[in-house]
Amino acid sequence: MAQKNYTGPVTIDPVTRIEGHLKIRADVRDGVVEKAFSSTQLFRGLEMIVRGRPPQDVHNYVQRACGVCTTTHSLVSIRAVENAIGFTPPPAAQLVRHLILSSLIVHDHLVHFYHLHGLDFIDMADALKADPAAAAKLASEVAEREISPGDYYIAHGRLKKFVASGQLGWLTNAYFLGGHPAYRLSPEENLVMSVNYLTALRIQLKLARAMAVFSGKNPHSQTMQVGGVTCYESLRPERFAEFRELYGECRAFINHEFKGDLTLLARRYPEATRYGTVSNYFAFDDFHDPVSGKDPFFRSGVLWNRDLKRVEALDTEAIQEHVAHSWYAPGPPRHPFDGITAPEYTGYDEADRYSWSKAPRYKNEPMECGPLARRLLAYARGEKETVERLNAWLAIGKFKPAALCSTLGRTACRMVESVILVNRMQGWLDGLEARAKAGPVEIYKEWKMPDKARGVGFCCVTRGALSHWIRIDRGTTANYQMVVPSTWNLGPRCAAGKASPVEESLVGTPVADPERPVEILRTVHSFDPCIACSVHVVQPDGEVRAFKAL
Amino acid sequence: MHSSSRMAALLAQERTARSVSRRDFMKLCAAVAVAMGMEASMAPTVARALEAKRRPAVIHLHGAECTGCTEALLRATDPFIDVLIMETISLDYSETLMAAAGEAAHRALEQAMANPDGYICTIEGAIPTYQGGLYGQIGGETMFSLFARVASRAKAVIALGSCASFGGVQAAAPNPSGAKGAAEALAAVGVEPINVAGCPPNPINYIGTVVHLLTKGMPELDNARRPKLFYGVTVHDKCERRKHFDKGEFALSFASEEARQGWCLHKLGCRGPWTYNNCPTALFNQTNWPVRAGGPCLGCSEPGFWDELAPFTSDVREKNRT
Repeated sequence: MAQKNYTGPVTIDPVTRIEGHLKIRADVRDGVVEKAFSSTQLFRGLEMIVRGRPPQDVHNYVQRACGVCTTTHSLVSIRAVENAIGFTPPPAAQLVRHLILSSLIVHDHLVHFYHLHGLDFIDMADALKADPAAAAKLASEVAEREISPGDYYIAHGRLKKFVASGQLGWLTNAYFLGGHPAYRLSPEENLVMSVNYLTALRIQLKLARAMAVFSGKNPHSQTMQVGGVTCYESLRPERFAEFRELYGECRAFINHEFKGDLTLLARRYPEATRYGTVSNYFAFDDFHDPVSGKDPFFRSGVLWNRDLKRVEALDTEAIQEHVAHSWYAPGPPRHPFDGITAPEYTGYDEADRYSWSKAPRYKNEPMECGPLARRLLAYARGEKETVERLNAWLAIGKFKPAALCSTLGRTACRMVESVILVNRMQGWLDGLEARAKAGPVEIYKEWKMPDKARGVGFCCVTRGALSHWIRIDRGTTANYQMVVPSTWNLGPRCAAGKASPVEESLVGTPVADPERPVEILRTVHSFDPCIACSVHVVQPDGEVRAFKAL
Repeated sequence: MHSSSRMAALLAQERTARSVSRRDFMKLCAAVAVAMGMEASMAPTVARALEAKRRPAVIHLHGAECTGCTEALLRATDPFIDVLIMETISLDYSETLMAAAGEAAHRALEQAMANPDGYICTIEGAIPTYQGGLYGQIGGETMFSLFARVASRAKAVIALGSCASFGGVQAAAPNPSGAKGAAEALAAVGVEPINVAGCPPNPINYIGTVVHLLTKGMPELDNARRPKLFYGVTVHDKCERRKHFDKGEFALSFASEEARQGWCLHKLGCRGPWTYNNCPTALFNQTNWPVRAGGPCLGCSEPGFWDELAPFTSDVREKNRT
């Protein structure tokens, strides 16, 4: 059981409830993490695979970088090609893409919070001790809408039956079983969040279905093409009605239950606002006005050393990728347009190389991207809705704004961003429907592939700042690179030995029980790791290199 | 959502995960029976299989993949995913959903493998094989070795998705990690998986396969080891745009009036005629499928489609094909 003030190593491999394969190793002193290493454990090589293929085909391949943040790689690849050929899609196509991307981000935030992160806070076994009526009352209070006690009796009975079956399935060996000092919700609070965990499983599929109205399917949309979108059938009144109904239900859940559950966490886990800190943050622009192409709803910028008084403009020329601690052939840091790398596995060695992920840096510094970075930028700029909603959350725990730069703050920002974005979708939906009602809408335009060009696509995706970089030669893909949020957040150290955001954030994280290090998991999960995306390889022009056996 | 009217209450119940009535359960069993090509009257047989005293155990492994197949499974409605994992099967290992991590997760796997009733092994993702599989590791063991260990002892192995079936996108040329599907990579240890192909596959094809295994045993497979129940006819055969194909009515540009009118996408790169799958009838997310939404079929349930059926765009394809 819990060893107080443990000193020694802790390894979590595999880190579960993420996308992909990740190992975290930490040195713990007197029950607090002193040093940490993040190692991604799988290499797939998608960038090598798309070389030589038609640029307009690449989005299909790279979409398969990830089926969780599905679609984002497809969209950003299309943006990169459209940027290279100097093409602007029609406004209605932009609105369809806004609706697809926003449905995805909100869906992804929801699934992350409940199904990937939730069990770091919720003790589902303890929920059995709850009084269902009292839990329903609490649920109504925090969600600010009426909840039927009947639903709670039924859900409680169902959980009881599940546990009594003796087959714990996906809860087998959970850290909370038998009690854990770092789990702090009351039985009623545990029941509220367990019920919402289960309900969210049904809500998420409806949000995915709403997205599929415009994307053909989810995961992996199939309606976005270089030139626009193809979903004429989706612009019928019945389809708008279908989307509205699904969307409305999901929007209510996010505005009530998701928001309410962050109230419970603020009350019970204030200590999780005191660890998980990172110094620097950045974001790209996204959700531009569909007609003018200006006024992004999500705005780019840079914050240094958590200084909320100064927002610096982003200069994408200052992005470089390092490989000093990654399993690639050695070389200097390079801008994505000029990357040269070949995979070279040398075994796990923290003093040398220890990850398949590269280490992207901005002006040579590690930077966090994602919902926390985006909301901090909006907060620092005084954007009204973000300021009000974050201040309301901070007030629950009497936290200062600095508390946002933490494990729990990251998750609170994820909730606030979901609420803001899901509410904003209404306007895009109304705008698209008005265009569809007014007569035949242009959603695709012809374009011409140049012989030689280069382009970049930027996207604000669920987990942060995504960019794809393409060089076109003789009309085909000569070079392709993906710089991905989880590479920024969960990569290894860089050439100068500076820790990545997750490695920095783990320092100071407490470990009550080294056998069941849930606090480490909490901090790692707060970044929403998505590892399949993060591992990639940049190829030089010329022959694909053979692997070197080492 | 919580109005006092009875109808609203019923609707609310349907919307939430808070209950599964006997009626819902039988409805599910009938749906699964029909999806499997059985009569709806087989529902009680399906129900008996699903109500076994101990829920059948499933170990779900993740290899070189994108987790899109698990995401697709989360979108299932027959049954809903919560019903699947709480009342239908026992999901004893799944790195995406499981509460345990690290050493505790590893122990869960060992416990599940020691289950005296055995287990079904689901593999999602390809298996990297270069350098003995060092390009993909879990808990210090290569996926290659781990999957061979788990799958060779399973009662049945299901390769979920095109990566596990045929290698998938990472196996496309030049296949930098030596990625292979389970049938190829694990043949040496006697693993003969059922390939539930697709990128992602429709979740009903996976659940239907599990139920078939539990009720009627091994389903009949085609020469790509796919259950004929779901992969017996081409997308083209059941396509709602087939009538346009038969009349020679083709859209030649996504910008055209013909595309707007829903004409055949064959000349825009549709791979439906080469592709065995049930997308037009099963639908994705219960509401749509690529061709209905104007997106040409990529052929994603066919072996090697990333190379064999590419390029996917019309101008280049017209040059290389027919």
